[in-house]
Amino acid sequence: MAAFFKSRLFFVSLAIVVIAATLPFYVSGYVLGLLTVAYYFGVFAMSWDLLFGFAGEVNFGPTFLIGVGAYTAGILNNQYGWSVYLCVALGALAAVIAGLVLALPALRVRGPYFGLTTLVAVLILQNFVVVFADLTGGEIGLTIPDVITIDPNVNYWIALGFMVISAAILYGLSQSPIGLVLQASGQDPVQAGALGFNIVKHKLAAFIVSAFFSGLSGALLVFYFGTASVGTVIDIAVGVNVIVAAVLGGRRTVLGAALGAIFLIVAGEFLRPTGELATFIVSAVALLVVLFFPGGFLGAALSREGRS
Amino acid sequence: MLAFQILIDGFAISALYALGATGFTLIFGVSGVLNLSHGAIMVLAAVAAWAAASVLHLDTYAGALIGVAVGMVAAFATYFAVVQPIQRSTRIANEEKEIFVLTGTLLWGIMIQELIAYFFTNNAKTVLPIVGGVVNILGVRTPKNEIFTAVMCCLAIGLLWLLVNRTRTGKAVLAASMNPRGVTLLGLELTRIYVVVWAIYGILAGIAGVLLGMFLGVSSYSVGPLTASAFSIVVLGGLGSVSGSLIAAFVVGYLETLTAYLVSPAYRTIPALLLLVAVMYIRPQGLLGRR
Repeated sequence: MAAFFKSRLFFVSLAIVVIAATLPFYVSGYVLGLLTVAYYFGVFAMSWDLLFGFAGEVNFGPTFLIGVGAYTAGILNNQYGWSVYLCVALGALAAVIAGLVLALPALRVRGPYFGLTTLVAVLILQNFVVVFADLTGGEIGLTIPDVITIDPNVNYWIALGFMVISAAILYGLSQSPIGLVLQASGQDPVQAGALGFNIVKHKLAAFIVSAFFSGLSGALLVFYFGTASVGTVIDIAVGVNVIVAAVLGGRRTVLGAALGAIFLIVAGEFLRPTGELATFIVSAVALLVVLFFPGGFLGAALSREGRS
Repeated sequence: MLAFQILIDGFAISALYALGATGFTLIFGVSGVLNLSHGAIMVLAAVAAWAAASVLHLDTYAGALIGVAVGMVAAFATYFAVVQPIQRSTRIANEEKEIFVLTGTLLWGIMIQELIAYFFTNNAKTVLPIVGGVVNILGVRTPKNEIFTAVMCCLAIGLLWLLVNRTRTGKAVLAASMNPRGVTLLGLELTRIYVVVWAIYGILAGIAGVLLGMFLGVSSYSVGPLTASAFSIVVLGGLGSVSGSLIAAFVVGYLETLTAYLVSPAYRTIPALLLLVAVMYIRPQGLLGRR
């Protein structure tokens, strides 16, 4: 761990964070708003990378965990008017419970079966939101009365701080012995088990950590938006974006996932003039990265550094 | 009366599901590929049939044939542009190829979906049926198109069965699904078998797409749900087992029809999804799957 604080990656990250923290002094509120969303999205992608990149589990349903966190926080605030912080905490807790419920059957199955189970979880959640429209606002969305703050600068700093802390914890976890065991069990579960590691326990832990950060980020995001809707936190398209972000940035790097998410949101904004083709272009770029640079942005950069 | 209605409507839907899922499971059984662009290929075929009839003013038969041909071309494009490069890549570790194929075909499907939306808008399109009119079966007014759909699906599945079990090519395909190395040792080119399988898959997906376009109509929004339903049916039946998929298609089709008629159309998909989760708990390999 001490070596990390002397490494190049640490100084580069520190410089980026310092520059990012001073952005509110010289960029417009519009850019800040964009980056605020991108940072929350970055946490989604990093939590997903912990499961996919390290534990080797294809989770097609990141939005199941995000959506449970977001809607729990939103409904509690909307129905009972509890304070924002309590709602956010309970949202994260609900996501962890949902993660456990999902993980127990899902971890019995592997590969595509696991992927399908998580995909089905999203579809079921989406159906329930629409069916219980009285509580959830249905397809129109849920209005959330409270916000954390209306100051765009403070909102931006909260998102940045949250992302940096999450990144530190998730990256630290991925480099710790637990991360190594996860990686081993993702690549060869039989051998990792033969070495005496309890694979199920480690994967369950990864699932809980991933669920916690996804839910927390989802809950904070709805309090920033002031609304929760299927299209912003549950829809499969949102989940696909999370996956694309993590793959673009580089799997198994955690930090790359955040870069990928920021790139995706900013690129989507730049491509706005192309109208409906924006999604096409982003998917095509992502496909090319998958085909020709399977390591992603950060993977390519790190491997070059490793060679030189 | 209602019982017959459910029986007839459920049969047509189930047959369509079965046809859509058969190609999907065939690809997985033979080459181990889960093609997540499946829904996009089906919708593309349907939209091509629609465009041939409404934009180029061809007759419905020509339109349907063009739709099926487009489905086959799209399947080849998927194989040569996405699946094969990933399978041959030296930069992707072997045990990760499955995950990359899933991600790659998912992105490919989104690209097709967005192109359809860009050129033909998101509006729902209904392909002009080849046969029109209604007949009265046991007191249920049934569109002839519905009967046509069911008959075509059964015919296509029957032909596939003949092809796989009674022809030399089919036997090679079957052998490749059991033991790829053995097939190579017997002097058969594995890549050629895969190309044949993708061609069969493209034709099946094309027919299913065009029939779906005639029966229910399609839009670029149906891409995701179509892939998800084929995926669920195939997993429910057991990955790679064609007969399992057929049974699962009828279970899902009738469950949805029953829910839609007896409870509410809004809850249509929920029981099938819950059933799928239950099967995952109790029998993760599906109804007829091998582990």
